[in-house]
Amino acid sequence: MIMMRIPKLIDHVDFGMTSPDEIRKISVTKIVTADTYDEDGYPIERGLMDSRLGVVDPGLRCRTCGARAGDCPGHFGHVELARPVAHVGYIDAIYNCIRATCRKCGRVLLQESKLEEYHKWITEMKETGQKWWEMTNKIVKSASTTEKCPHCGETQASLKFEKPTSFVEGKNRLTPSDARERLERITNDDIMLLGINPKVARPEWMVLTALPVSPVTVRPSITLESGVRSEDDLTHKLVDIIRINQRLSENIEAGAPHLIVEDLWELLQYHVTTYFDNGVSGIPPARHRSGRVLRTLAQRLRGKEGRFRGNLSGKRVDFSARTVISPDPNISINEIGVPEYIARILSVPIRATEHDIEGLRNLIRRGPDIYPGANCMISPDGKRYDLRYADREELAKTIEPGFTVERHLMDGDIVMFNRQPSLHRMSIMAHEVRVLPGRTFRLNLSVCPPYNADFDGDEMNVHAPQREEAQAEARILMRVQEQILSPRFGGPIIGGIQDHITGAYLLTRKGTLLTREHSQQLLAAVGIFTDLPKPAVKEKGTEHWTGKQIFSMLLPKGLNLTFKAKICENRTRCKKEECEIGAYVVIRDGQLLHGVMDARSHKALDRCEVLDRIVKDYGTTAAREFLDRITKLSIAAAAMLGFTTSIDDEDIPPEAKERISEVLDNGREKVNKLIKIYDAGELEPFPGRSLRETLEMRIMEVLAGGRDRAGEIAEKYLGLDNNAVIMARTGARGSMLNLTQMAACVGQQSVRGERLSRGYRGRTLLHFKSGNLGAEARGFVSSSYKDGLRPLEFFFHVMGGREGLVDTAVRTAQSGYMQRRLINALQDLRVEYDGTVRDDRGAVVQFVYGEDGVDPTHSDNGKAVNVEKIIERVVGE
Amino acid sequence: MSVGFDIGQHVLVPKHEILSKEKAREVLERYKISPHQLPLIKSSDPVVKAIGAKPGDILQITRDSPTAGRAIAYRFVIEE
Repeated sequence: MIMMRIPKLIDHVDFGMTSPDEIRKISVTKIVTADTYDEDGYPIERGLMDSRLGVVDPGLRCRTCGARAGDCPGHFGHVELARPVAHVGYIDAIYNCIRATCRKCGRVLLQESKLEEYHKWITEMKETGQKWWEMTNKIVKSASTTEKCPHCGETQASLKFEKPTSFVEGKNRLTPSDARERLERITNDDIMLLGINPKVARPEWMVLTALPVSPVTVRPSITLESGVRSEDDLTHKLVDIIRINQRLSENIEAGAPHLIVEDLWELLQYHVTTYFDNGVSGIPPARHRSGRVLRTLAQRLRGKEGRFRGNLSGKRVDFSARTVISPDPNISINEIGVPEYIARILSVPIRATEHDIEGLRNLIRRGPDIYPGANCMISPDGKRYDLRYADREELAKTIEPGFTVERHLMDGDIVMFNRQPSLHRMSIMAHEVRVLPGRTFRLNLSVCPPYNADFDGDEMNVHAPQREEAQAEARILMRVQEQILSPRFGGPIIGGIQDHITGAYLLTRKGTLLTREHSQQLLAAVGIFTDLPKPAVKEKGTEHWTGKQIFSMLLPKGLNLTFKAKICENRTRCKKEECEIGAYVVIRDGQLLHGVMDARSHKALDRCEVLDRIVKDYGTTAAREFLDRITKLSIAAAAMLGFTTSIDDEDIPPEAKERISEVLDNGREKVNKLIKIYDAGELEPFPGRSLRETLEMRIMEVLAGGRDRAGEIAEKYLGLDNNAVIMARTGARGSMLNLTQMAACVGQQSVRGERLSRGYRGRTLLHFKSGNLGAEARGFVSSSYKDGLRPLEFFFHVMGGREGLVDTAVRTAQSGYMQRRLINALQDLRVEYDGTVRDDRGAVVQFVYGEDGVDPTHSDNGKAVNVEKIIERVVGE
Repeated sequence: MSVGFDIGQHVLVPKHEILSKEKAREVLERYKISPHQLPLIKSSDPVVKAIGAKPGDILQITRDSPTAGRAIAYRFVIEE
């Protein structure tokens, strides 16, 4: 939109240091007094708040540039230091420079021939764009171990670096002045070997003789309500520096004893050090009078809330909103319910044309408070009219084509929806706005998996793109339906969850027959108003439709699929179409002929055959429609057919209980036998294991087997007529293990993959004899959750549970940091048009993307073509 | 050679070949890059020593790939 002429192109950037001359040159004034304001509240000349350093108070003008507060960028001043001090930020470089050069002649402590060789290497590396400065470490390392200067023959005294800013040579302390002298002696040819570019820096500049005083705009003072001025931390620090500097120069002039001068000098070094970085190890941090640690220059930049991570990499933005989320199965996955309150505040600029001017005029009349209204009007010359305060009738009359109106967010607008942590690209997707009553964002349940959202209080953010270009881009690239397939594994990440699975299963399983009324009710809930197909059952004047028929109405024409459902028991002989539980699914021409719909059909993050086929063969729009409908149909079906679960779903008959306790007793018996064999020393150890390890492994094996057997017994009584089992077997929620733990036996508790053994010497609790290796002494829980745990079992269970909690906490922290590092390393990589993966310098990382050049979202199970599927489609069976 | 066997025979070492001058030029032309934009390999690398490549050579490496079956990569030999 806005075309800007580019006057100059940046060719390259040099990073150098500021010389003392430069510091004095850019300085608008020398600062001599540590005071800030006089009694009248005006800045003191040559003080820290000198008005030539810029202005922060409204009304005043800058004495340097003449601009008012806000327009004046601020100007540097400087302090002439009475004695030089080292710059903490460069202290490592100072150390390297001094120890790598001769104490007397200042040459790098290497043979002339060696120096030339290094010179050649570095020039070569520079030409080829390699990291030449990495050579310096090597040079410094070999030079600093030289004992006698190859140039002048001087024996080199040992140099020690004392944190944070001083050096000790032999027995003497090097003053910053000594250090500076040494640095001055190093030749320009030599400093290149030490990693310094002589065109932009000299080593002695690392020891300061003049200190730049930052502009007041960088350290504005705040006036409290009481009228008391409160100064910035940097100003406080500068006050300290100037005070000490003054005392130091007075003492030097008065010819004070050496000791006093040294002390003051050191104090000045401390203040300058903490001015740059108040977190240097080895010295106490400078504090405010109240005891608060001062936030100086380095602290402003560093860390998560620092300038880089807090203000440059991440900023607070306009046109955004945040609130709690809640579910709404009745809106499309592409949509988002936005509270009217938010829609009134977020706005979209609309440029008036002769076609829409009447509508915009109406919006202006309605103003910012009545919902479909507008917040602002902008004339073609860029003047903004705030509709809160203006005479809206009058403004509505003045609007003509070319004006821009910032109208409220309305239905159909595109917004970006985001939930932190934004771990993958599906964490920010574009939704179409539906303005709804209430105070929460509403979203379709199918988009929970990509955001990893639930509704236990999660909050999410909305961003409203402003320009048409941004809106179009969001709509085309970021819309939810375009993100159904995850690039991570090439399958749907947006799809059915929980009720979508149970609902579809209840509807499509054998024996679900619906009257005309019920069938039409379901289809009406979905929004299908076409005629019903021929009833599957028609006798004595009654008509009934199977659930499969109803479900088939969501499937696109021409869809052919054959697959095994999640509930498949993997028997040795598959009965195919005759399967009693409907685990063999056949879809022909969009008609579900056999089998049931479950996780294998349309669950997110699963091998969901139906949904996967629809997205890949019929496109994202068809897939979106399918998901919208299945959400409504499943929920309506579950509500109509009835579905609930409670603890009596885990009821098992007394005879089962008896058999379970028999199995568990048996297990205990076996464990005791094993222990006896072990005690007798007759246990045969496994290869590579000690006797004790072998015993543990065999006991674990026996007990795990016992738990499994107990589970199997319970499972026999828990059939597909049981709602909890339906959820587990169809893959909607929970697992059979969860159910058997509730119904039959919880099983062995473990910490670090071993049976519990910690607590007292040789035993877990006082209730056991030391050395007891029996099942219940080492944390085997034979009760079921439903029956309840015995006190000791409960205690063991908590031990195991605690480990789980700690593990998750540690894992999330570790994986988060790993992700950050990975993204930092990979963020500039991209796939070029020639199929290569390159970094920002154009260097090749992979010659063919993924070595096969296949985009996972367009692949079938990771392969570019699925030959079997194609044959099946062409042949027809 | 310091090792007592041909490391090229080891299962974990993919096939490395030195490209002829024309072939090397062709590769650079195909990707429109300078040699330094290729992945680098030090001349001290055991494979480089084994096949006797010199700095400035471009190696063609044929690797087994879990996605493509076989993948070809190029690396530029640098000094040290």
